[in-house]
Amino acid sequence: MPREHYLNASYGIRSWLLTTDHKRIALLYLIGVTFFFFVGGTFATMIRIHLLTPTGYLVSPETYNKLFTMHGVAMIFFFLIPSIPAVLGNFLVPLMIGAKDVAFPRINLLSWYIYITGGCFVLYSFFTGGLDTGWTFYTPLSSVYSNSAVTPAVIGIFINGFSSILTGLNFVVTIHTMRAPGMTWFRLPLFIWAQYATSIIFILGTPVIAITLLLVGLERMFHLGFFNPALGGDPILFQHLFWFYSHPAVYIMILPAMGVVSEIIPTFARKPIFGYSFIAGSSIAIAVIGFLVWAHHMFMTGQSTYSALAFSLLSYLVAIPSAVKVFNWASTLYKGSISYDTPMLYALGFIGLFLIGGLTGLFLACLGLDIHIHDTYFVVAHFHYIMVGGAVMGYVGALHFWWPKIAGKLYPEFLARVAAVILFIGFNLTFFPQFILGYLGMPRRYHNYPPEFQVLNVMSTAGASILALGYLLPMIYLTWSMRYGKVAGPNPWPATGLEWRIDSPPPAENFHVTPEVDWEPYDFGNRPDLGLAAPLTPSHAPAHGDD
Amino acid sequence: MQSQLPFYPEQASNFAGSVDSLMLYLSLVSLFFAAGITVAIVFFFFRFHRKKPDEVGVPIYGNMRLEATWIIIPFFLAMTMFGWGAVVYVEYRHPPLDTLDIYIVAKQWMWKAQQPTGLREINELHVPVGRDVKLILASEDVIHDFFVPAFRVKMDVVPGRYNTMWFRPTKVGRYHFFCSQYCGTNHAMMGGWVTVMEPSDYAAWLSGSSGAEADPVALGEKLFVEKACSTCHLASGLGRAPSLNGLYGTKVLLADGSAVTADDAYIRESILQPNAKIVAGYQPLMPAFQGQLTEEQILGLIAYIKSLQALPAPPKGAGIAPATEKK
Repeated sequence: MPREHYLNASYGIRSWLLTTDHKRIALLYLIGVTFFFFVGGTFATMIRIHLLTPTGYLVSPETYNKLFTMHGVAMIFFFLIPSIPAVLGNFLVPLMIGAKDVAFPRINLLSWYIYITGGCFVLYSFFTGGLDTGWTFYTPLSSVYSNSAVTPAVIGIFINGFSSILTGLNFVVTIHTMRAPGMTWFRLPLFIWAQYATSIIFILGTPVIAITLLLVGLERMFHLGFFNPALGGDPILFQHLFWFYSHPAVYIMILPAMGVVSEIIPTFARKPIFGYSFIAGSSIAIAVIGFLVWAHHMFMTGQSTYSALAFSLLSYLVAIPSAVKVFNWASTLYKGSISYDTPMLYALGFIGLFLIGGLTGLFLACLGLDIHIHDTYFVVAHFHYIMVGGAVMGYVGALHFWWPKIAGKLYPEFLARVAAVILFIGFNLTFFPQFILGYLGMPRRYHNYPPEFQVLNVMSTAGASILALGYLLPMIYLTWSMRYGKVAGPNPWPATGLEWRIDSPPPAENFHVTPEVDWEPYDFGNRPDLGLAAPLTPSHAPAHGDD
Repeated sequence: MQSQLPFYPEQASNFAGSVDSLMLYLSLVSLFFAAGITVAIVFFFFRFHRKKPDEVGVPIYGNMRLEATWIIIPFFLAMTMFGWGAVVYVEYRHPPLDTLDIYIVAKQWMWKAQQPTGLREINELHVPVGRDVKLILASEDVIHDFFVPAFRVKMDVVPGRYNTMWFRPTKVGRYHFFCSQYCGTNHAMMGGWVTVMEPSDYAAWLSGSSGAEADPVALGEKLFVEKACSTCHLASGLGRAPSLNGLYGTKVLLADGSAVTADDAYIRESILQPNAKIVAGYQPLMPAFQGQLTEEQILGLIAYIKSLQALPAPPKGAGIAPATEKK
């Protein structure tokens, strides 16, 4: 008779739809975000096929505009933002801190229903007229001129915002109040620090986007003049409000992925992470400074020169903590015992792509250079390097790292390594040419383009087909492994976190006995329970992780 | 426009060189860091590959000196990028004094340009080489953006306000311009060509093109009477509103004690929302024309007010006495 765990503790559709188990809610989210990833990915595929020829290959201008808008809305609001926090955060936060669940399990379930409700409104908008405003909803195009289904879409995103707020609130309270005895702040896994920073942004930023999009809806329905200059409104005010959330939202997407990488690298280099407190502190610094850089999206709106100078300076400051993380990750590899397991390939791929994405962010923050590259394909390439190269690589890497814990089974390792390499190559081939396209002057959101841009566009489309294969493979073999994979055991890597000290899949109540923590994070040399050799150089872990 | 170098568009304005130099500097610094970190990671990856399954890495918890180094050095490099970028941007945002002013009106999905002589073009813009050109941008509907890659310049065209941009073309030729702010269905079709000509050719083109439609000054003068502006804005300065003679380009003292330059943006605002800035000594009596004039009518009125620039302004304070007497 098989051991009882969270997957087989109860059966039937009701036991899933009414569950308050954070692990089951994580899987509900996994289904939701995978669905929206598929929707957004389908739109992206059509975009890339359309751009094969200068005059456009596939669809009409209206349809093309709807495709890139719906691609952005589906991917950002319904895939990227909930992906790591709501799927892996829900699964891992209680396990990593030694708790039996999150602080408010029923609110946790509620947040999933809110997400699904918001998603239904947005899908309704997609399939009853579509949405052609761009995911940025710039006014007065969105509030007055667009003939597409803007109102249900903004209502959907408004509703979905509460899901983020409740998840953030749940995590903050859980991390503050439910840590196991001995799990001090500086013993927390770095993934938890990243989730904590993300949750702060959820709570502080999301209400602003929710209200802003509500104002767009009100202006559209009742002609209240918030943003329409003909009614005395200010279209630039919308951009301030929109980016006040949507720039920090970029950090919502990338911070959890950074947390994932900070878990994977020490595990597969088998040594403590280099500069624990600097990596933890930089997450908080990014979350805080990230709130003060929003108008760098608006250097070309005619904003005052002084305001542009201030926002450019602050944007350069937010780059420093990101750089600190990269240097610390690279240093962690020094004198490690490094394995080539799939999660490690994703983590190193993340560093490479995030490096390019982050460095090109410096180009866009540079006032003089932004005059030329603002609103060109350079921007498109830059944010895809951050969001796909960074956030999605982190997410897929995390799925591989924790899959043995989630499913209790191992995936086919060789196939997974091949998929990771395919993803990396396909990604670069898709998006690197877009940097050059942008510098040559191709504006973004163009359904056709001058013929001299064709070669680079064809390269990009070719890369996208490789990229699509790279995403399909894991979807197939991870699903396959749930039934046919080898049994994983509690700690296959091995890794040091609390979640690896319980069975895989974990029991419904996580820990039969509340664990007590008397070790430092990632301290492989002082963990006889892992069955590893003693370290080459004896050491004593300092109280706060670094000297 | 066929670019001659694979990674650069043609360089055809005073800003092209400085933007490309910035690009080169940032690219080199980024390449240095990206290559350095990549080489380190790849080297560690192979050099410290796990040899035995139960092997453990050497525990190293961190190093304060290294942390300080990689905070301070990137910080100073970032500040050089910020500073250099700021210099270029500030120059771009502050046009020189003596410019050739061309009005651009954007609407879904076309561009109208109006030369100083009143000559109009659609989706075309002719400018003389070597002359500082200032574009004054207005939109009839949504936000657009005027972008000339060969000049390395762009600026959003925002409804309800004027934005300005400037450049000095340095090379005769024809260059693409694009709308680079997404503006709806035919956003990608909303482009055209800038033609840079020798000054003599430009002058000949201006006088030769008999296509000059309605003279904006004449349009403005007509509106000035039709909309009854002329009943209060008396040339003598004795009306209920200030005289507009010699106004354009001067400093205007406001009721709140501040001063403002009477440029296009100020005149536009004073027509559409007169109460936003009250001239010192006058009552807020003027009705708002928000939503009652097209962008082209506003341009006509501004052109007319500009044409009064040459006329002598009435003595200072001429109109103030009657206004204060009423109190």
